Amino acid sequence: MSALAVARAQVDPLQPVTTQSQLIYFSSTSENTSRFVAKLGRELARIPLHTKDARLLATRPYVLVVPTYGGTGGEGSVPKQVIRFLNNPRNRQLIRGVIGAGNTNFGDNYCMAADIIAAKCNVPRLYRFELMGTPEDVARVHNGLDTFWTRLSQTQK
Amino acid sequence: MTEKVKLLSHVEAINWNRIQDDKDVDVWNRLVNNFWLPEKIPLSNDVQSWATLTPDEQQLTMRVFTGLTLLDTIQGTVGAVSLIPDAITPHEEAVYTNIAFMESVHAKSYSSIFSTLASTKEIDEAFRWSTENVNLQKKAQIVMDYYQGDDPLKRKVASTLLESFLFYSGFYLPMYWSSRAKLTNTADLIRLIIRDEAVHGYYIGYKFQKGLEGLSEERKQEIKDYTFELLFELYENEVQYTHDLYDSVGLAEDVKKFLHYNANKALMNLGYEAMFPASVTDVNPAILSALSPNADENHDFFSGSGSSYVIGKAVNTEDDDWDF
Repeated sequence: MSALAVARAQVDPLQPVTTQSQLIYFSSTSENTSRFVAKLGRELARIPLHTKDARLLATRPYVLVVPTYGGTGGEGSVPKQVIRFLNNPRNRQLIRGVIGAGNTNFGDNYCMAADIIAAKCNVPRLYRFELMGTPEDVARVHNGLDTFWTRLSQTQK
Repeated sequence: MTEKVKLLSHVEAINWNRIQDDKDVDVWNRLVNNFWLPEKIPLSNDVQSWATLTPDEQQLTMRVFTGLTLLDTIQGTVGAVSLIPDAITPHEEAVYTNIAFMESVHAKSYSSIFSTLASTKEIDEAFRWSTENVNLQKKAQIVMDYYQGDDPLKRKVASTLLESFLFYSGFYLPMYWSSRAKLTNTADLIRLIIRDEAVHGYYIGYKFQKGLEGLSEERKQEIKDYTFELLFELYENEVQYTHDLYDSVGLAEDVKKFLHYNANKALMNLGYEAMFPASVTDVNPAILSALSPNADENHDFFSGSGSSYVIGKAVNTEDDDWDF
C-alpha cells in the first residue's frame, strides 16, 4: 500500500459501498429527488448525506440525478456530498449523463448543479424536472434512459 | 379581527452550535445569501416603459401589485409569525423570523415600484380597489382564518399554498411585461421575490412533512383531504380573481395555465403528487422563459429530437475541493 493510500485509509476508515446501479442520485432530507427516482422502478444508489457514512463507489456506467437548491451565480450549487462523490476519479470516469432537479423560481440557477457537472465531466445534461416531478417527467425519463443506454451500447460496439 | 396570534410560552437561548435539523441551517444560509433590498434595483429606468402602457394596462398593473402587497403583508405580519409557536427546533423559529422580515421587504418593495411609476392619486385608487375587490378579500380571509385556527399542520398547509400558489395570479403580469421587453427592472425585482417565495414554500412544506411523520394513517388522510379541499376552495376563488383582473386585456386563460402549473408545485412542496394534468399546465413559453431564461427544455436530450443536447455551459464555482 502506498503512503498516500495508507494516509487516505486513516482519514477515511469506512470501506466504500460499491454499487452496480446505473442510476445514482443525491437527495436532501426533503426527499424530493428520492421520490422522483423511486417512481422510475430502476435499481438505485443514493449518495450518502453525511460524511460519517461510507462512501459510494460506482462500478458500472451510470446517470447522475442531482438537485439544485437555489443559490446565486452558481456558487454552492452542487451539493457538497456530490462534489465528494465526483472527486473520486473512478466515479467520474463512469458518469455518462446528468439529470437535474430544481425549481424554475430560481431563474438562471434552475438546475444549475446539473449544468455545472455536465460541463466539468463533459457529459450531456439529459433532462430537468421540478421538485419531485410530474407523471410526464417520470415517463420521459424512463423512456429516455432506455433510449440513452441502448444508443450508448450501440456506439460502443 | 382582534384575536391575538399565539406566542411561545417558554424560550431558551438558541444554540447554533447544536443543530437538530441540518435543513434549518441550510435554509437560513440560503435566505441570508439571497437577501436583497428594493433600493438596489434601478426601478426608475422603467419610467419610460411605463408611459408606453395604456391606461387600462397601467391600472391592471397597479391592481395586481396591491393584491401582491396584501398577501406579503399577511405573510409577514401574521403567516410566518403564526408558525413560530409550532416550531419543532429553535432554529426553525429563527428561520420563520427571517421569512417574516423578508415578506415585509417584499410588501415594501411594491410601494417602491408605485412611487417610481405612479401618482399618489393612482396609488390610492389601487389600494382602494384592493380593499373593495371581493375575491381578493376572500382569499385573504380564507388564509387568515387558518392562521388563527388551532391546527399547526393546517396552518403550514395554508402558508405553503400562499407562498407557492396564491401569489402567481399576480406574478404572471410582470413576467408577461418582461417577455415583451416592458418594465424589465420591475420584473428583475419581482424575480427576486419569486426566488424567495420558492425557498419559503419549500421550507414550510418540508416542516409540514416532518410534522406528518409518525401520525396515524387516519390523521394523515384527514390532513391530505383538508389540503386538497383548501386548494380547491382557493383555486375557485383564484379563477374568479383572475377574471376580475385579466379579462380586460384578454389574458385570463393564459394566467390560469400558470395557476395550474404553480398549484402542482405547491402540492409537491407539501409532499403530494401534482394534481393538474399536463394538458392544462402548458404555460406560455414566453412566460416560462421570463421566469427562468434557461428553462427551455428542447435542449434536453430526453425532450427534443435527441440529435442535439447541451453539455452544460462552464460556470465558475467557489467550492474548494471541486478541482478535478
